[in-house]
Amino acid sequence: MASSANNLSWRHKKAKLFQSFCLGVTVSAVTLLAILIYQVSMLGLPWLDGQFLSSFPSRFPEKAGIKSALAGTLWLVSLTASIAIPIGVLAAVYLEEYAKPNRLTEFININIANLAGVPSIVYGILGLAIFVRTFALERSVLSGALTMSLLILPVIIIASREAVRAVPSSLRQAAYAVGATRWQVIRAHVLPSALPGILTGVILAISRAIGETAPLIMIGALTYVAFVPEGPMDEFTALPIQIFNWTSRPQQEFHELASAGIFVLLCVLLMMNAVAVYIRYRGSRE
Amino acid sequence: MQDENRTVLDINDVCISYAGELAVRNVSLPIYEKKITAIIGPSGCGKSTLLRSLNRMNDFIHGCEQSGYLGFHETDLYASSTDPVEVRLRIGMVFQRPNPFPKSIYRNVAWGPSINGFNGEMDERVEKALRQAALWDEVKDRLQDSALNLSGGQQQRLCIARTLAMEPEIILMDEPCSALDPVSTARIEDLLFELRENYTIVIVTHNMQQAARVSQYTAFLENGVLIEYGDTEDVFTRPANRRTEEYVTGRFG
Repeated sequence: MASSANNLSWRHKKAKLFQSFCLGVTVSAVTLLAILIYQVSMLGLPWLDGQFLSSFPSRFPEKAGIKSALAGTLWLVSLTASIAIPIGVLAAVYLEEYAKPNRLTEFININIANLAGVPSIVYGILGLAIFVRTFALERSVLSGALTMSLLILPVIIIASREAVRAVPSSLRQAAYAVGATRWQVIRAHVLPSALPGILTGVILAISRAIGETAPLIMIGALTYVAFVPEGPMDEFTALPIQIFNWTSRPQQEFHELASAGIFVLLCVLLMMNAVAVYIRYRGSRE
Repeated sequence: MQDENRTVLDINDVCISYAGELAVRNVSLPIYEKKITAIIGPSGCGKSTLLRSLNRMNDFIHGCEQSGYLGFHETDLYASSTDPVEVRLRIGMVFQRPNPFPKSIYRNVAWGPSINGFNGEMDERVEKALRQAALWDEVKDRLQDSALNLSGGQQQRLCIARTLAMEPEIILMDEPCSALDPVSTARIEDLLFELRENYTIVIVTHNMQQAARVSQYTAFLENGVLIEYGDTEDVFTRPANRRTEEYVTGRFG
C-alpha cells in the first residue's frame, strides 16, 4: 500500500511536470510573437500614416508608400482565393465522397500529400514556364494568382478532406434514409458541417499565399510599381516583395519603412482571420 | 390467419458479404404487410446487415456484396433499373443511435419531404408526423429550436417522425431503443403498437422482451444463418430449434 501511494505521488508529479512544460512552451511561443510585434511597431509605427498607405514607392523614404504593393496583394489574394477555393474544396469533396478507393485514387492521394511539401520556388518556375510563357499571360497579377493557386491547392484539399471526413457518417445515413441523392446529402449536410474545418484550412492557405515572395519573384513580379493594377492582366507588385526590396537597401529609413510594411501585412492577415472566426462562430450557432 | 397476410418484402436466399466474408448466409423469409417483424440474435449475427440491405443502405459500404433475391411487391430491389433513392423513399429507416440533423426540429421533419418535391402544406405534414411520433405536445412551442437540445428519447422519436413524414410503406428500425433509458423505451414501444396499424415494421433488437412484446413475427439469426422464423408466440413459447430456445431463455447471447 505504501509503495503504491508512493508511486501515485510520483505519477502526480509527472503530470504536474508535463503541465508546466506545456505552459512553458506556449508562453515562449507567445513571447516571441510579442517581441516581434513590439520591434516591428517601434520601428515602423512612426512611418505608418495616410501618406504611407496612399503613396507609390519612391527613392525618398519620406515620400515612399505601399499603395501599389497593398493593392497588388489584395488583387493577388482575391484572385487566388476565387481560383483555389472552389477547385480545392470540390476536389476534396470528390476524393472523400465520390472516388472509389482504387489505385488511381491512391496515386492522387500520394501526389497531393507530396505537392504540399514542394518548395514554393519550384511552383514559381512552373508558373513561369506555364502561365507566363506558354499561356502568354505575361507578368500579370493573373499569372501570380494562378501560380499561388497551385501552391496552396494541396493545403486546401488536405484540410478540406479532413473536414469532410470528420462529418459523422450517421448524419449522411440519416439523410440518405429519407430519400436524398448524393448531391443533396453533400449540399445540405456534409458541406455545412464541414464548413468550419474547411474555412480554417482555407485561411491558413491564403495566409501562406499572402506571405510568399519567392514564386512571385520567379514569375517576375515587379519591385518598383508606380501604378495600381486595374485588371487581372496588369503588372503588379505585392507587400512581401516591397518589404524585401526595402530591407535590402542600405539606408536605415528604408528598414523602418519595411517594418511599417510588415505591420500592414500582419494587419491584413489578422483581418482575414477575424472574418474566418466570425464565419465559424455564425456556423456553430446554427 | 396465414392467408390474411400479404407479403410486402420477399427475402429469398440472400447472402451478404463484407470483403469476401459472409455475414448473412442464404436467408429467406417473408415480411408481412402491416405487421411487426422482429429480427433477434446475438451480436454480430448479421441482423443489422440484413436489415440494412432491405433499403439499400449497404450500398455505401465499400466491399459489401450481395446475392439472392429481394422483392418489394413485384420489383427486384437490386435490379439495375431500380433507383436506390426511390427505394429509400418507400422504405424508411430509424437508426440505433438518434441521429437528428443539426438543424431545427421543424427542419428535421420537413427536410425529407421538401427535397422530394412535396408541395402540399408543409406545416400540416410536420405536425402530423410529430403527432404520430408522440412528440408534438413536447415540442410544439419550440419547433425552431435546435434538435440537438432534445433528450435522447425525444431525439429518437424525432427521427421516427422524420421517417414518418416521408409516408413510407415500410419502416426499418435498427435497435432503436438500445441507446435509450427504460422510460423512453416504453414510449417508443407504445408508439410501435400504434404505428403497426398503418405501417409494416421490421425491427432489429437485442432485447428479447421487446421482441416478444411488440412483434407478431420473429426471425432468429445466428452467425448469419436463419435458425428459426415464425409467429412470435411460437418462437418464444415453443421454439422448434434448441439454439432458439437457449437464446430466448437467456442461456447465451
